[in-house]
Order: sequence, then C-alpha cells, then structure tokens
Amino acid sequence: MSRAVRQRVQAVALWIATFLLMVIMCIPGLWVVLSAFRPNREILARPPVWVPERLTFNNFAKIFGLGDAQVAIPVGSYFMNSVVIALTSTFVALVIGMAGGYAFARFRFRFKNSLFLSLMLFRTVPGIALSLPLFMLWSRLGIIDTQMGLIIVYIALNVPFTIWLIDGFFRQIPMSLSEAAQVDGCTRWQAFWKIEFPLAKGGIAAAGVFAFLTSWNEYALAAQLTRSTDSKTLPVGLMDFTAQFTIDWAGMSAMAVIIIVPALILTFLVQKHLIRGLTFGGVKG
Amino acid sequence: MAEISLKQVVKNYGRTPVVHGIDLEIADNEFVVLVGPSGCGKSTTLRMIAGLEDISDGEIRIRGRLVNDLPPRKRNISMVFQNYALYPHMSVRDNLGFGLKIAGQSKKVVAERVDEAAGILGLSELLDRLPAELSGGQRQRVAMGRAIVRHPDAFLFDEPLSNLDAKLRGQMRAEIKKLHQKVASTIVYVTHDQIEAMTLADRIVVMRDGHIDQVGTPMEVFNHPANTFVAAFIGSPPMNQLPATLDDGRLRLGDGTAIALPTRLRERVRAGQKLILGVRPDDISPEGHGLLEEGEHDTIDLEVDIAEPLGMESLIYSRLAGQEVLAKLYGPRLLSPGERLTCRVALTRAHLFDADTGRNLEAD
Repeated sequence: MSRAVRQRVQAVALWIATFLLMVIMCIPGLWVVLSAFRPNREILARPPVWVPERLTFNNFAKIFGLGDAQVAIPVGSYFMNSVVIALTSTFVALVIGMAGGYAFARFRFRFKNSLFLSLMLFRTVPGIALSLPLFMLWSRLGIIDTQMGLIIVYIALNVPFTIWLIDGFFRQIPMSLSEAAQVDGCTRWQAFWKIEFPLAKGGIAAAGVFAFLTSWNEYALAAQLTRSTDSKTLPVGLMDFTAQFTIDWAGMSAMAVIIIVPALILTFLVQKHLIRGLTFGGVKG
Repeated sequence: MAEISLKQVVKNYGRTPVVHGIDLEIADNEFVVLVGPSGCGKSTTLRMIAGLEDISDGEIRIRGRLVNDLPPRKRNISMVFQNYALYPHMSVRDNLGFGLKIAGQSKKVVAERVDEAAGILGLSELLDRLPAELSGGQRQRVAMGRAIVRHPDAFLFDEPLSNLDAKLRGQMRAEIKKLHQKVASTIVYVTHDQIEAMTLADRIVVMRDGHIDQVGTPMEVFNHPANTFVAAFIGSPPMNQLPATLDDGRLRLGDGTAIALPTRLRERVRAGQKLILGVRPDDISPEGHGLLEEGEHDTIDLEVDIAEPLGMESLIYSRLAGQEVLAKLYGPRLLSPGERLTCRVALTRAHLFDADTGRNLEAD
C-alpha cells in the first residue's frame, strides 16, 4: 500500500470512529427529540420504533393544555420562572464577576491570593451537599418557594466561576491600554467602558452563557427549594409527568425539548466566544 | 508647550524606596532623555510625571502648575508606551481621534487634526486599518500620531523603540528627531539604550538606583562623565577603567605599568591616592592608526587577544594589568592574535576617578 493510500484509509477510519462516537453520544438527545413528536404508544413499543410513522405536535399541545388535553401542567409558569431566575441570576453574577474579575486582575490588595483560592474552593463543594442547610436557612428566612430564594443560590453558584473567567480575560488586556486612555483624557471609569470592556466582551459573554446554562439546567437544588408554580423551574417541572403508577414519557420529552432549545440556540449564537473563552480566558499565570 | 519641574521627588513601593528625591528642571521645547539600566527608576519617574504613579513626596510642576494630585487626564500631556498601547478594537483613525473625541471636540476638528497628524507621520493610507494589520514601525507611528493630535504641553516616551528590530529602530529614531523639529515640543524620553540617548537628547539624565548621577548635553556626558558609572554606561564599547595609584608623579597600574599623569590633572591628585584611570577605546590606538595623533600622550604595549574588524575600524581586545582592555585601530590592517602593538594613549581625553567614591576628579 502506498503512503498516500494508507493515509487516506487512516483518515476515513478516523472519520468513521468519530462519527460512531458522536452517534453514541447523541442518541439520548435524539431519542428525546424524537419522542417529543410521537405518541406514548410508539415510544414504549418493543422492539423500539426508530423511524416514526408520523410526527405530531400533540404532545406540545397537551402540555400547554390546548385541545382536548387533560394533563394540565403549568408549563407557561415554569418557563417564566426559569427565564426570570436564570436571567436575573446571570445578570447579577456577571456584574459581580466583572467587578471581582477586574479587581483581581488589576489591583493589588491584601489576601488577594488566598481570597482567589477560597473562591475557587467553593466550586469544589458539590451543590447538593449544601441543600439541607440551605433548605433550613431559606425556610427560616421565608424564601422557600420564591424566585428570589433560587436566584440567590444561583448567584452564589455562578459568581466564583464568572470571576475566574473574567479575571483571565482582563489579565490578557495590557494595563497600558487603560493607562493610554487615561492619558488621552479618560477617567478610569471611562477607560474601563471604552477600552477594557469592549476588549473583554467575548469573555464576559462566555461567562454569561455558562452562568445562564448552569441556572437554566440546575435541578437538584431547585427540586429542594421550590414547591409550586410560584418558583418551580422547567427541570423541576419535568417531574410533574411522573405519577404513582405511570410516567407520561411523551409529555416529558416535549418539555425536555422546550428546555433544550433555548440553551442550544444561546450556545450556538455565542459558540465562537465560548471556545475563545475556554481556551484564552483560562490560560493565565 | 511647557517646562516641567521636579523637586525632591520620592517614590516608595511599600517601604522600598525606588526614587530617592530627585531634582530636575526641563525647559520649554527641550528634548530630555532619562537613561539608565533597568530598575534605575527612570520609567517610574516618567510615570510620575504622567500621573500614572502617585508621588510619595516632593512636587512636580508642569507649566508652573502643581500636578501632584491631578489625574493623568488633567495634566495635558501625552504618552507613547513601550508596547504602543494602541486600542486593538479601533481603526487607526479612531485611535488617533480618541483623545479629541473624549475631550468633546467637534467631528470637524477631530477629522482635521487626525488628517494633519496622519500627514506628518505618513499614515494617511492606513487610517482605516486595525492595529493588528500594521507592521511594528507603522504601529509605532500611530502611537506617536495619537500623541501629537492633542497638541499637549509635553510628550512622554517610555522606551518606544525597544520592541523594534535594529534597522527599524534606527529609522524611527530619526523620525522622532524629525518630529521634535516639526512639532516644537517638550519631550521626556526614557530608554536604557545609550545610543538613543546620545542621538536624540538635548540633555541626558543618567539615572542609577533611584538617583540622578549626571545631567548634561550628550557631549558633556560623553566627554566629562561625572563618575565611573556614567563613564561605563555612556559610550559603546564602554570606557576602559584601570585601577592605578600615584607614584612619583606617574600613574602606576596593578602590574607596575606606568602611564604619565595628564598635565591638567596634576593639581587634582594627592600622593598615594587610589585612582581609576578611564580611557575610551577610541583613545588607545596603535601608532599611526589613531584618531588623535596630536596632543599629550603616552605609549603602552598591548598584545592582541582578539581583533574584530568593523570596516572603518577594528576593535582590539587585549589585557593590561590583569584586566581586559579595548583599543581601536583606525584605517584597519590585518591583525593576528598574539601580535604586539605599541599603542598611543591620548592623555588629553583620559579621565581620573577617585577609586573610593567613583567621582571624576574634574567634576565639581
């Protein structure tokens, strides 16, 4: 076999292997999406039906309580809760992350390194380990089953990460740019908004997307701290489809799609920044 | 344009002093170069003038106005940074006009001044490019353009040429000099490169360890170095410095070699004083191959270790009294290692320093 042929064979083999791996990884997702568009009967069929006979929007209509549906799950409320909680906590985590990241990147102050390290250590604590103390605290404070209660938890969850990522981005921007702007007539505040912020925008966007996805997808803590339509988020709402003896797989899949799509669109929109955020912002001394 | 005055300016980082109370008067339209090895406090001094570093003590005045507590934007100065500090997300045009826009100038004024600066620096073709699309020399010019559009009281340059290759550095050096002639301006320029200092400055300020060692025109600093540090730092290759003692009216080196005491220094030395004889390589040359064939001189014998032909001249490495000595051969001929040469030492241009203090005996 000549070298060119061998290289070609290798390339094709690699491509096939990658494709197979991708398929294996994508099957659960694909199955959920497929299941969202077909009746329960077909989902539970054995042997499994891979190619649906016809696709239907009935599942979506049902969970929104449209048509002749009996299953009334307040998806609308869950969706709004998810949006409000995820957006608010992301916004606050970004504001704190920008202030903190900038401070860590630019200023010298006492205990800076230990402070930074302890922020990172918070990330190592599994959130679920905190659920019981959180539950007790929140119930004393009376913020169980409120959007505010969950927002505070998600801010705490996201802030160390946003600070870490944004700090990395500000470090990449030479101090002299801000100094040049100050000599050019800016206040430090103007120099930040006109020079440093636009340059760190990609990293801040990346941090924002990560924070949003964390809040949007979080299940364990939300399941503990929410009760009703006042605060239940979409992932928690998924459990509404399980009854004592039955599970409405079709409705659950439809709702899963509703959860996945916004996250997917967002990730797609900022994927360029995401990759740069992970490779560029993360590298620092 | 304006004069700048520093009085007893001190900078401490925590408890570590980095600038120890320096005094400096810079005249209107003067080109002053702060030069010294890294860590000597020259950049810190410049940044204190700019307002980018606080002053621990003393006072700085620009055009007579005390600026100690003024932020950079209120000092009406502009600065060119070592890494140019161009705003990467803005076109050359926006980089140049940024300061004017911040100052609230009308679009018309901004456009006029940007065009004017672009014309002076030959940037007119590049106005719509981003900094990333420019070469090193072009970026350097944009940085200078950004400094001149605002018509500031003074320009501050912080090692602006150190990121360029040798050839470009030479070109840009000439451009900075031209700029100073075109745009009459007070310039404070920091460099560790003594050639830049010599070629650009009206006056050189040699700094060491947070002190000013000498202030003078390039010729004064070159011809009359205040101490052994300045003597070694200014001039390339550096001045030969040979420990000597005064013995029977002659200078006696470590190995017993005797060199005549320059007549003009006779009154300045004491018997038994420990001295350092300073002679530039240009002033030690084989007979018939020197720059100064006239005037008071003495001769020494040198053996060639290495000879470096540089074209118009050759640099000779030799040893005298146990240390390396450099000499120069003008109107070169072939030299071979081990060859013995009788060299003239031009005493009219030789210096004597006190070995303990390092001070030039002629410095007052």
